[in-house]
Amino acid sequence: MSHVDSPKEYQKFIEKESPNSPIVKNCFRAFWVGGLICAIGQLIYFYCTSKGLDNTSSSTVVSICLVGLSAFLTAINVFNRIGKFAGAGSLIPITGFANSIVSPAMEYKSEGYVMGVGAKMFTVAGPVLVFGISSSVILGIILCLFA
Amino acid sequence: MKKIGTNTFKLDDLISIVSTASIVGPKESDGPLKEYFDKCVEDEFWGEKSWEKAESKFIKEASISALNKSSLAATDIDCIFSGDLLNQCISSTFGMRDSNIPFYGIFGACSTFCEALSLGSVFIDAGANNVLCATSSHFCSAEKQFRFPLELGNQRTPNSQWTVTGAGSVVLSRNGKGPFITHFTPGVITDMGIKDANNMGAAMAPAALKTLITHLSDTGRSPDYYDMILTGDLGYVGKDILIKLAAEQGYDISNVYNDCGVLMFDQAKQDTHAGGSGCACSATVFSGYIYKLLVEKNISKVLLIATGALMNATSSQQGESIPGIAHAVAIEL
Repeated sequence: MSHVDSPKEYQKFIEKESPNSPIVKNCFRAFWVGGLICAIGQLIYFYCTSKGLDNTSSSTVVSICLVGLSAFLTAINVFNRIGKFAGAGSLIPITGFANSIVSPAMEYKSEGYVMGVGAKMFTVAGPVLVFGISSSVILGIILCLFA
Repeated sequence: MKKIGTNTFKLDDLISIVSTASIVGPKESDGPLKEYFDKCVEDEFWGEKSWEKAESKFIKEASISALNKSSLAATDIDCIFSGDLLNQCISSTFGMRDSNIPFYGIFGACSTFCEALSLGSVFIDAGANNVLCATSSHFCSAEKQFRFPLELGNQRTPNSQWTVTGAGSVVLSRNGKGPFITHFTPGVITDMGIKDANNMGAAMAPAALKTLITHLSDTGRSPDYYDMILTGDLGYVGKDILIKLAAEQGYDISNVYNDCGVLMFDQAKQDTHAGGSGCACSATVFSGYIYKLLVEKNISKVLLIATGALMNATSSQQGESIPGIAHAVAIEL
């Protein structure tokens, strides 16, 4: 009896042999880093409202600041280290979205600004945009019909 | 040359490896084998504008270095066999475009180095005098082609491997004092249904097992005949799997077996997870480390089994499993 007798048998064997990702450690890191990023956003929000900006404008300023900061950290080769440490913690907030657009733009600069930066910029973020916008359209239609 | 057993070829002519050269990138230069490489480059771009251009420079400079060490002129080389991981083998073709030497670009994914040694040996057996074999890979260009942008903040899985940046080049000749290529066993494509592109070691281990067992039974040798049996880039995960699979088939390889991907990096310090991979992994470890052990007579018999995962980014996205391959070359003093 050997573990390479059938693909099914082999895959069962591989699952046992391959190390798993440290899920508890990853979750803990994602939790506190993600929380920290949101707390920074909240602080910016409080600062804006204290200066007299309305709620909507304050939210926009928060997004602009976090996207700008994330893009800057991506450019200076820091964000990938944060992402490696925090995983979903830095990926899920808007910081991850900015990183996913800036990183391919940097990577494909060698192929020129049109076919490189321009064409490849949305290779990672593209699906998020497509399905994010599509689902909001569908939800909007549902809201129109039933509200 | 004659065929023995089911898939092994025994070379009657003495095909000598007269020189080797290895050039590696910054991470490899910090690894345990750093002192064995001919040149350690501190900049991943090596002064070029793109990683692809840098990779071509690695293979070009490694080949020039191997040629210089062999004391042969470029005109003495009858043919080049060269390959890499980038689409349409551009590292090799762009690296060799000024060489003015007949050129065969070959692809066997990370098994290309042994594929080149096998084909080069056949060429010499058929009448050529000198052949140059070279392969390269580059961490950054491979990540760009197969995975995600480098600056993307994602996490690597514990099974994932680190593509070696570098190039290895060897000159084979019918006139030389050894080490000699005595046998080679071309591998068969083996697919056990693994789909996880982050677990190449597991995908390729069955191919390595098949080639290893075929080689041993064709030649009538036991694993202990060799001072060293080396796979190309199974990494830590694949290495353990192969030891267990071989034991199931009645072959205890644990005393003589290691993997180039395991030797290349310090797993604890260098954060390379399951070890090194890529066309340059077996090429640089052999050209740098193993060849010196052979020449200094620290070891006299090596079985090098370069392993390859024959997939691309499209096949993975289409849900295909990963076919593995492994080519073995026996090198003896």
